[in-house]
This record gives sequence, structure tokens and C-alpha cells, in this order.
Amino acid sequence: MLLIRCPYCEEERPELEFRNAGEAHIARPTNIAAESDDDFEKFFFIRANPKGVIYERWRHIHGCARFFNAVRDTVTDKFVMTYKAGEPKPSKLPGASK
Amino acid sequence: MTAVFRISGAGRLSQAKTASFSFDGKPYSGIEGDTLASALLANGVHLVGRSFKYHRPRGFLSAGAEEPNALVQIVRDDARKTPNVRATVQELYDGLTAISQNRWPSLAFDVGAVNDLASPMFSAGFYYKTFMWPKWAWKDLYEPKIRAAAGLGVSPEKPDPDHYAARYAHCEVLVLGGGAAGIAAALAAAETGVRVILADEQAEFGGSLRFESGARIDGQDGYAWAQGAIAKLKAMDNVRVLSRTTAFGYYAQNFVGLVERVSDHLKSPGRELARERLWQVRAGRVVIATGAIERHMVFANNDRPGVMLASAARTYLNHYGVAVGRNVGVYTANDSAYAAAIDLKKAGVNIAAIVDLRDNPTCPVIDEARALGIEINFGRAVVSAGGKLRVSSMTVQPKNGGGERTIPVDAILMSSGWTPSVHLFSQSRGKVAFNDDTKRFVPGTYAQDCVSVGACNGTDGLDATVDEAYAAGAKAAKDAGGKAGKGAKPKVDAGESWSRGMLGAAPGAGPGTTVKAFVDFQNDVTAKDIRQAVHEGMHSIEHVKRFTTNGMATDQGKTSNMHGLAIAAEELGKPIPQVGLTTFRAPYTPVTFGSIVGHARGALFDPTRRTATHGWAASHGAVFEEVGHWKRAWYFPRAGEDMHAAVNRECVTVRKVGGLFDASTLGKIEVVGPDAAKFMELLYTNPWEKLETGRCRYGIMLREDGFIYDDGVVGRLAPDRFHVTTTTGGAPRVMNHMEDYLQTEFPHLNVWLTSITEQWAVIAVQGPKSRDIIAPLVEGIDISDEAMPHMSVREGKICGVPTRLFRMSFTGERGFEVNVPADYGEAVWEALWAEGQKHGAVAYGTETMHVLRAEKGYIIVGQDTDGTVTPSDAGLDWAVGKKKTDFVGIRGLTRPDLVAKARKQLVGLKTKDPKVVLEEGAQIVADPKQPIPMKMIGHVTSSYWSENCGRSIALALVAGGRDRMGQTLYVPMPNGTIEVEVTGMVFVDEKGGRLNG
Repeated sequence: MLLIRCPYCEEERPELEFRNAGEAHIARPTNIAAESDDDFEKFFFIRANPKGVIYERWRHIHGCARFFNAVRDTVTDKFVMTYKAGEPKPSKLPGASK
Repeated sequence: MTAVFRISGAGRLSQAKTASFSFDGKPYSGIEGDTLASALLANGVHLVGRSFKYHRPRGFLSAGAEEPNALVQIVRDDARKTPNVRATVQELYDGLTAISQNRWPSLAFDVGAVNDLASPMFSAGFYYKTFMWPKWAWKDLYEPKIRAAAGLGVSPEKPDPDHYAARYAHCEVLVLGGGAAGIAAALAAAETGVRVILADEQAEFGGSLRFESGARIDGQDGYAWAQGAIAKLKAMDNVRVLSRTTAFGYYAQNFVGLVERVSDHLKSPGRELARERLWQVRAGRVVIATGAIERHMVFANNDRPGVMLASAARTYLNHYGVAVGRNVGVYTANDSAYAAAIDLKKAGVNIAAIVDLRDNPTCPVIDEARALGIEINFGRAVVSAGGKLRVSSMTVQPKNGGGERTIPVDAILMSSGWTPSVHLFSQSRGKVAFNDDTKRFVPGTYAQDCVSVGACNGTDGLDATVDEAYAAGAKAAKDAGGKAGKGAKPKVDAGESWSRGMLGAAPGAGPGTTVKAFVDFQNDVTAKDIRQAVHEGMHSIEHVKRFTTNGMATDQGKTSNMHGLAIAAEELGKPIPQVGLTTFRAPYTPVTFGSIVGHARGALFDPTRRTATHGWAASHGAVFEEVGHWKRAWYFPRAGEDMHAAVNRECVTVRKVGGLFDASTLGKIEVVGPDAAKFMELLYTNPWEKLETGRCRYGIMLREDGFIYDDGVVGRLAPDRFHVTTTTGGAPRVMNHMEDYLQTEFPHLNVWLTSITEQWAVIAVQGPKSRDIIAPLVEGIDISDEAMPHMSVREGKICGVPTRLFRMSFTGERGFEVNVPADYGEAVWEALWAEGQKHGAVAYGTETMHVLRAEKGYIIVGQDTDGTVTPSDAGLDWAVGKKKTDFVGIRGLTRPDLVAKARKQLVGLKTKDPKVVLEEGAQIVADPKQPIPMKMIGHVTSSYWSENCGRSIALALVAGGRDRMGQTLYVPMPNGTIEVEVTGMVFVDEKGGRLNG
């Protein structure tokens, strides 16, 4: 079982308290009704599914109930960092060699 | 009476404390502290089981957890018959009853042993190749027969009466393994004051100190030192010492699963004791001190009872005081077996000969053995063991061929070297590295905060082990925040150190031979099988493993994996590391389902949710159905009524008079705040800004892709307050969906969402008399049709308690839904029931609710929709705000496929024969005469007998359904094709006049 740090509660809590909510940093277009079919497809259906570092949303559903963002390595399952919803995608990751 | 193979003066058990037990019905006597294995051996019993595939007689290979052969069934009573218990780890208790497995009619005479004679047929891959066709026969014929023949004990037929405990624990340093290394590491860590947990699978700590006769630490005998150290650790407040506790799984972030066997060793454990306790430990640092496992020699008939690991014989002698034979042969490629021979010789057992594959090894123990007058043969091999139910001889030959000599023996001790136990390290996702010099895999790259010490790290010798472990324990504690320790490192005065050994088949069992030289005893895999797998094209060790099943038995190949790998590598002509090692998986040793399940069974398996009126419904004869976690009243049968009769009566009465229905399980969410209406506009398809306070609207919620996600009636209680209802099953996900958008996409909106499902009990009062039923109880609300029309909501009081009173209907009749605080739910229901009875109203359940709503064509999301249905498909276009510029799903609705013609649309169906009720889920075709497979154009989503209509009714999703009104379609069923007519979805009161009273 993983330990995940909730950036709102500011502590590590067991995975059971959380729920994954898909890829992060995919903003809903402000004028969504005017989106082209291709753009809507990219927004709604296409996801990165990388091997390695992924940016994703989690919800501390059985805790503070807040949605937040996390950086996780899909190979090791290790959480690199977590940060609050609305904060920009981190440009540099802690401990990153590249 | 002392058992004949118990040697007085040897071992550590007190002879005075006897325990009687039985094996296959025969009574025996053992001593407290024995394992079942040592007690049987003390009585001269070696034959304890039959092998899995060939039914060959088997005895004890080991004295520990790696045991592949000696699996027995332990029977306490009718419900407690544990199969596949390793006799080498089962502690003896007075009255223990054990029976052998996989034999018929008896252990000594087993009919299944014919498999052994026919073994040329049963080579690797036999089942895959032989039982391929006919296809149906595998499931119905072959598999059941093969399973019966290849028995692994018998499962008890009764539910497990034992209970299992579970605990979470946190510590800075977790030490796995309580031998010299583990104890030294735990001492070092404990002295720093951090929290330490030390776990060992055995009843007694000490590990290999149990058999190492010459070890001396801090001036004491090694085993005595271990007991003293454990006593010291137990006395420390920051240390938890767990014996009989196996670390079976190493998971992410130093999360380790331990299972503690609490009472399997007790004669009559009280009910207050759990059978096992699952520990889930989160550790700052983990010290892995799991030791090494001795390997057997791979030669012909190396599985005969009496042929065992040298260290096992030494353990039986030095710890349990048991000689495994009177005339013992030794076959080795390693020094450690000499120590076993020396100990046995000194205890008065004749050592017939030591056969050593090596040419001219030198080592003090060899000199010592020679000095004791033991015959030693270098450069020779044991090419076969004689005997059947017990080994009777060993045939010795120069290793490169030559004259054979047969030596009578009653036991053979073997050792081909030691395999570091890297299981837990590997489970931690660390990568092992092959040491070409010592021919073993040792921990290489670490993936977690752990360290391996001692034999499992490839460290040889007691002195080096204790040094390494003590330093690692201190460092782990320091890294996890401990202070500097003030204790002294244990001083090793004498200890053993073993050299290498060999891997793979011994001479006489190598390439070109077909003898039964077992690699994996539990799965009956021989050296020949591995070679055959390679010949048949299995070039990856993972394929070899699956084809031969080598290492796939419950012992997980603890003794066999390295041999199997070496034989495959030799056959492939590749070095061992290039062939690779198979993955180590949890559990390290078998774990009971009980310990994993813990308390989560029966009523505690899953939560049950009951509404406020549950007790009333139960006492009025309701039959309940499960809807998610909820128990809902399904129908209320009266004396003599079956479900149909009850539902028919309930349906007719509601339309004629009225009925009461508990709708409390519907999800309820309060949407509150200055921007509540704006939020509702974005989350639902309907327009909300202009909905007046006190009015209700049927809302549809879409996903962004345009498909219906949920629906429900929403009441506006105030300009900034909406009372939203959802489907019963959808409540949590709708709340999640709303929170998601509010928190992440529309955080600028000032809105609060609160789940109020369990705060309000909801009693639906439906039917022409509904107003008359509630009228005497309602205070402060004008409930006339004029003041409170259909789809309105008022706040006031009923029976003196607060209510949110909705005028709404899921039946098509005039109806109210009375919301009251849940604590008053039952009392208000009773008051309404008393009023209802004056009019002849009924209590009705979910089945009647379903029929009544279907008669009106009201959909149920999740039944009439399936995640691919749009509002237009469901005939609900009217509920989508045409002037709106944004809501979740607005763009999805205009996707090309969603506006395409001939989508499946929801329609009504009437069977041509009104008495026939369609099956929900049945497929619909346009032409019943077309060849199979027919083109299906839709399916039935809801279907009921409608007593009100005097016929069956159904709803269905049909391609281009609304253009098919009046058409005849067909529902092919196994008993014939049913003709149906496509109709509208409303079967009762099409104009809706009854809604308004």
C-alpha cells in the first residue's frame, strides 16, 4: 500500500484514503461548445499513458475530499511529489537527474 | 516411553514433557517442543506422503519452511482440517491428529503409484499435449479426474470457525529473520531507542544456531546467546519480538506483510485467541536477515524417504535430539555436510561413508571427520539411492564413470551448497546480481530503504555475519532518526563458514540420462524434464518454469530454482545470468485466506445500509432486495400471496387509492451558495436560473461525452439553495462528479455541496388519495392543487417535525414525497400509515415502484440507459436547454455519432400475445427468418406484467425506434420467437391528467 502526501492535509496518508482521478493539466476549454471535433477528441479522449513520470489527479476522498495533482513514476509507483489543484505543472522535479 | 531414535543427552527438549499424537490413525509419543517431523523421526517414521504427480513415497527433506515433501493434513475437528501443512513447521501438541495425503488406499500401498511406472508418459508438458481435444472434455472430464488424482489434501467442507486478527504497526527498523544476523541487527537498532520489530518464522529464535554445534558468541554457546539476546530485546519498551511470524510479502514503501501463527501450536486454544494475526507493518528501514537454504543433490531416486538435507539431519539431532538413522551415508559437494556427519558420529550414529564430488578439498572439518574414522570418498558420486518406502542403500561411482559400489544405508544426508534467501529482497523490487565466483544470486541494486545482512546477502561465516548485521542495524536506526547506541557488538568466539558447492544435475543424472533425479520434489520435476523443455523450444527460464512447473508448487522452488536454472543454462549452453532468474512473488510461504480476510466476513464483509423504516417494513412482512449496500423493501406479501400477487395488488391499489413507499435511498445533495444556480446550469442540461423558488424540475446530468450520467428531481428551496436528488446507486459518483467540477474546473463559483442522503428520510405518498392521507398531519403548508401544483416544494411541518414536502410523482399519480429528518422517519411513516389505512392505501416496495414508473415510461438511469444513451435517444430532448451556451456534455452532444440517424432510441413494446412477458436484456431483430447470427437491432431494457393495463409492457432500445411506431419486431428466444409491436413509452394516462389530481 502506498503512502500519499495530501498537499492540503500536509501529511502522508495511506492509499486507501485516496482515489485516482485521471491525467492532470487537461483544462476544460472555456468555450467548449465551439471546439472542433479534433480538438474535442484531444481534450476528452486522448491521454498520454506514459511509461515513467505521469502527472495525474488524485482525490483525498476519505480525508479532506480535495482534488490535487501528483507526479508519479508508473514504473516504480513512487510518488515524486504532490501539489494543489490549480498550481502550475512543476517545471523541475525534486531529485530529477535530467 | 522414549522413542527409539531419540538420543538421550542430545538436543534441547525436556524429555519429561511428553505429548501423544497420531499419524494415519497410529498413536505415537513425542516431546513438547517437537515439530510433527521431529516427533515422527524420533519414532523412526520417514514415509509421510506421496508425491503430487507420480505418487512416489516421500519423507522429510528439510527441517524448516522450505519443505516440499512432508505435507500432511492436520485435523482438529469437522471444520478444522488444514491440508498441506508442512510437518517440519507444525509444532507438536498433545493430541495432535495428522493424516497423510494423496494416497489410496494407504500410504504404504498407493494405487496411484502406477503413475510412477507409467512415468515415461507423464513427462513435461504431458497434460498440455494430451488433453487438447475434444475441447469440451477439459472442463467436464479431464480436469476433474486429473485434479482428483493429483490431490493436495482435502478442504474442510464446513465454514472456518476460527477467527483471525489484524494489526497495523509502525516502526523505524523492521528486522526480518531471527538468526544470528537478525538478532545482532535488532540489538544494534534497539540500543538507539527507535521502535524495532524483530520477526522470525520459527517458534524459537536462533536460525542456524539451532544446529551449528560449535558456535560460540560472547563466551556462550551460540543458541544460548541467542536466547539471552531475545530475552534482553523482549524486555525493552521500544522492541516488539514476534516469533512464529513469517514475513510473506514486501510491498511498496517498506510496507511488509507478516503473518503470526497464534494458536496452531496449542492443544486447545480458547475462543479468545485468534488462529493467526496479520501484521501490516510500515517500517522506516528494513533489515533483511533471512539466511540461506541448503540445496539437495540431484541424483537418481534422491526423493526416497530417508534422503534429506544435511543441515536438516543436524537440526533434528542438535535441537530435537533425534537421529534420522542408524547407518547414515553422506553425499556432498560442500563442507557443511561434514559437520552433520561429525555431529551424528559423535552422537553414536554410524556414518557409512561420505561421498564428496570434489576432487581434493581441504578444510578443518574434513580432517576432523577423517580423525573420527569416517570413510571419505573424494571425486565420487552417488548415482542412485536404493529402496522404495525408505532408502536402503547408495550406489557410488567415480564421478567420471567406473566401477559401482553399493553401500547399505538407512539415510542419506546431502548438500550441494546454500542458496541465499533473496525472496523478500527481490519482492522489494531490488535486482539480484549473480556472483560468478560463488555461483549464487545475491542482492544487487536496492529499490527501497532496506539492507540485506548475513547469509541472505552472501556473507559467509558467523563472525562476518554478526559484524555486518550489527553495523547495518545501527546504521538503519541512525538513518531512521535514532541516536547513537551505547551497547557493545556481540563477539563471535567460534563459528562455521561454508564454502561453495555445485548447481545442477550430479554425475549420473546429467545430459543423456533419463533417471528420476528430482529437481523440484513437490511438483515432481526431474532434471530430464528441464532438459526436455529446453529441447522442445523453451529457451527462457520463465517458459521452462511454466512448461515443467519447476518451482511453481507451494514451496515456490526454495530448494529447486537454482538447480533448475543451472540445468537449463547447461542445456542452452549459456551462462546462468543470461538465462535469468524467475520472479520471486509473495507469499514467501503459504498464507491462509483467513489471515488475509481477517474480520471481513459474514456481516462484516460489506457494510449494510438500512433506512429509517427498515424495522417497520420487516415487521410488516416485507421481502427485501439489495440495491448497492442498501436493503430496500421489495414487496409486502400478505398471507398466501406470492410476489406476483402482491405486486399486482400493490400496483392496482396505488392507482386506485394510494400507497406509501420508502424512497429514502435516493441520493440527495444540497447545492448552496450565491452561485448555486450558475453551478446547476453547468452541471445539468436544463435551465435553472429562472426556476422559481418553491418549484421543482426533472434534471438530467451528462458526462462530457454527451451521454446520460444521472437524473433526478431538483427543488429550489431558496434563490441560493437547491435540493438535488439522484439515483440510489448514483449518489456517490454524482457527488464526486459535482465536487470534481466545482474544485477543478469551476473553482470561481461560490458554492457548497453537501451530501444529505442519510440526513433526510423520504416517504413517497402516491395515488389519488395522497393529499387526503397527508393533509391531517401537515402544518403550515397549503397543499391544495392551486397553491401547491405538481413539481413544487414547500418547507413546513408534518407530525410536528420539520419537513421538505415535495409534490412530485414517480407513479404518474398525484403524489407527495415527504422528507423528514431521518431520526423521525419511522414515526412519521407510522403516522402516515395510520392515515393511509383509513383510505385503504398500501405499503409498496421497489418492484411496484418499477412497474408503476414503467407504465408511465419514466426511465431508470442504468437500466433503460447504459452509458451510451443521449437525452435524445431517451426521448428527453425537452430537458436540454436549447438556449444554453455551456453545460457539461454540451459539446459531446454534437459529436457526429451522437447526432447520427438510426441511433438506438427508447420505445415501448407490446407483445402480440398480451400474456407473454419479455425477458429484460432479450435481443430484438427485424427479420426472424434471417440466418444466424442475426442482426440485432436493440434489446429490451424493462419488462413487467402490468395488472393496471391487463397485459405485459416493456421498454426497449431499438435502432431508429421512433420511426418504427406500429412496426412488428421479433424477439428470438430459446423456446420460440416472440412478436412485438413498437409503441410509445407511456402505457397509462398518456395525457398525464392524473398527475395534477
